[in-house]
Amino acid sequence: MKQEIYEKSIDPATRTMLQKAEEEGIDTAWERYEKQLPQCSFGQLGVCCRNCNMGPCRIDPFGEEADRGICGATADIIVARNLLRSIAAGAAAHSDHARDAVLAFKKMSEGEAVSYRIKDTAKLLSLASEYGISCEGESLEEVATRLADILLLEFGKQEGPILCTRRAPEIRLKLWAELGIEPRGIDREIVECMHRTHMGVDNNAVHILLQGLRTGLSDGWGGSMIATDIQDILFGTPQPRRSTVNLGVLSMDKVNVIVHGHEPVLSEMIVEAAEDPELLELAQEKGAAGINVAGICCTGNETLMRHGTPIAGNFLQQELAVITGAVEAMVVDVQCVMPSLGELTGCYHTKFISTSPKADFPNTLRMEFHEDRAYETAKEIIRTAVENFPNRVPEKVAIPEAKQECIVGFSVEAILNALGGSPDPLIEAIKSGAVRGIGAVVGCNNIKVKHNDSHVNLVRELIKNNVLVVTTGCNAIACAEAGLLLPEASELAGEGLKAVCKALGVPPVLHMGSCVDISRILVLSSALANRLGVDISDLPAAGAAPEWMSEKAVSIGAYVVSSGVFTVLGTVPAVLGSQAVTSLLTEGLNDVIGASFAVESDPFKAADLMLKHIDGKRKALGLTSER
Amino acid sequence: MKDIVIRPERCLGCRSCEIACAVAHSESKNLFSAIGEKPAPKKRINLEYVPDLEISLPITCRHCEDAPCVSVCPTKALCQDETTSTVSYTPERCVNCWTCSTVCPRFISLYQMILVMGCWTSSMVSNRGIISRQIKAGIKCDLCEGRDQPACVEACPTHALTLFEREED
Ligand code: SF4
Ligand code: SF4
Ligand code: SF4
Ligand code: SF4
Repeated sequence: MKQEIYEKSIDPATRTMLQKAEEEGIDTAWERYEKQLPQCSFGQLGVCCRNCNMGPCRIDPFGEEADRGICGATADIIVARNLLRSIAAGAAAHSDHARDAVLAFKKMSEGEAVSYRIKDTAKLLSLASEYGISCEGESLEEVATRLADILLLEFGKQEGPILCTRRAPEIRLKLWAELGIEPRGIDREIVECMHRTHMGVDNNAVHILLQGLRTGLSDGWGGSMIATDIQDILFGTPQPRRSTVNLGVLSMDKVNVIVHGHEPVLSEMIVEAAEDPELLELAQEKGAAGINVAGICCTGNETLMRHGTPIAGNFLQQELAVITGAVEAMVVDVQCVMPSLGELTGCYHTKFISTSPKADFPNTLRMEFHEDRAYETAKEIIRTAVENFPNRVPEKVAIPEAKQECIVGFSVEAILNALGGSPDPLIEAIKSGAVRGIGAVVGCNNIKVKHNDSHVNLVRELIKNNVLVVTTGCNAIACAEAGLLLPEASELAGEGLKAVCKALGVPPVLHMGSCVDISRILVLSSALANRLGVDISDLPAAGAAPEWMSEKAVSIGAYVVSSGVFTVLGTVPAVLGSQAVTSLLTEGLNDVIGASFAVESDPFKAADLMLKHIDGKRKALGLTSER
Repeated sequence: MKDIVIRPERCLGCRSCEIACAVAHSESKNLFSAIGEKPAPKKRINLEYVPDLEISLPITCRHCEDAPCVSVCPTKALCQDETTSTVSYTPERCVNCWTCSTVCPRFISLYQMILVMGCWTSSMVSNRGIISRQIKAGIKCDLCEGRDQPACVEACPTHALTLFEREED
């Protein structure tokens, strides 16, 4: 079943590069996907267990063959255990990223990472006071060290509470405590997931899933939130700024350096080094007009939010960036980096540079990145890219024209600022019905979905119906590419939302950052709930991950729903092999935690589900329906 | 004619063929919906472990209209219903001569494998037993009428199942 190019993506730049790939006989994720079809049914249903070496065991979904594993585990148990392991992996990815950010912060404060500075003093001081650190008579660095020490404890804590959770509304905290799902320590929850899913430990699907919720919370209101806070202090809290996205941001006459992955600890330095006069001079010597840094995935979002560094694409565009033939260096750290880049960069002059001590890929040039000599390493990386510029093969270069302006940088601070310092104007707009509700749309690309199609159509449908959209991650990039992150996009919005956007001068879709920055959405929803004196689950708000694929998204789903936000998944999670788990996730959770999941791959129907949910919540709050 | 050729040496025992067959014979033809259907859709192919050969192989019979196995069976252990063309098996009559396997496109490779490995202890009874079970359940392989490729052939990741077509002579 060969897909035509127009069936693979809605984005013109992407299509142009897929065409080029085809002409050059180069395989991308789309061809590799076709070779995987049909995919294993047991895997898709989540009923395969490899947790001990008596297995693998699998359950016949049609009930003719085995209905339990060798140990006696039923489909319910196997599905729940597999789900818990995904949540653990996702939470681990976010939280380990956070740990590294805090470690860099600590080194900075102790003078061992001189490349980094405190950029946002106000945020440092407000966090210090939140964590009960008295700043009297202490230098900023001393305060930072003490804050770092406290934050590091959050990872190794045994009995909780994880302090960021205190930002949730009182009533939510009480609910978590009653259910026994208050996270106790970031690392502890993840380790416990691995313990519980070992052969012969936790074998009760409901019990297993509750641990999943708790682990998710340790990510959303723990690891991810800490990552956001610390990165804001180190690199600045994002403020609205303009930038450009899509493959067309790559430059014909400049050295193109792509930063891809997730940790701004690296990409911030790369962005800085690209402005180093010495390297700019070298670039000129090599015949280049300058150095152009562009991002992919969330590390791109981080530098986009803070510096307006352009973005070359989202997850499924990583290979296409290389296929332009115009990338001198593809610099990666961790998460969502396809190992295929190794072979692919070999077909062009592109240097594939891996930097994280944790992550290497095939055919890379290793340039390991350590905080103590961060800027030096960044300079070496840029130098390598610049020196590679003369190796560009002109016949192989084709950069698509498509690029799009966008406005980004909507941290909670920036949103409150735009609202004049308090959430009240937004609350008033919600009350009056001008803004029907809030939609949080996030998540990856997934090869099973036409690239960006569900992202863009869902968001368009929401704003058309006066739902203000907040976005992060690859959804944000998809929206940017479709021109939805511009104030002008409010023309596509319903009358109420349009008027609000015009009055505030903001786009109808607010880019709030990277995937760890979904923690910003939690903080915002908590602020709104507190102001209204209700729980998050009472807000006219709904979430969606239309094209999700990663385990991080599973952890995000767990914490967003546990925080009380109804969430629509656009790709089917591997749980349908268990009736019990499926109905718990899609219905049962509602009675437990006040929110649940829905699965809907059609973006228009997904929007309907979200709208229906929002209207239900409006009614319960006694708000008039849409004007 | 066209039929499935089974190459047991390639089978990994993943059971993908079984599920694909059941889905292809469901109401919705979609995995995620098929698992909830009542009655549950039935597969026409069964994975059988042959301990002596330490292999698993998919077994399925399409009850050929002009069943060659029936015509060669020396003891009439196999016979065919004239109206339904169902091929049935009487184990008491079977002398385990494997003659039927030499003419059945689906069994022949198993037979060849047994020849190569010199392992005759694997019994026709267990292989035929599966087919008998299917007859009892009132199902037979219909070569996936209406599909381009049989579902099991499409699903098999190692091409242990392939379709061959031959001009009628
Ligand atoms: S834990 Fe149980 S179900 Fe899983 S592989 Fe082992 S025996 Fe099979
Ligand atoms: S055993 Fe083989 S030859 Fe005999 S009816 Fe079945 S498929 Fe045809
Ligand atoms: S050809 Fe079709 S009906 Fe026959 S076993 Fe294969 S999937 Fe089942
Ligand atoms: S799909 Fe292929 S490899 Fe898997 S059990 Fe069936 S014949 Fe064997």
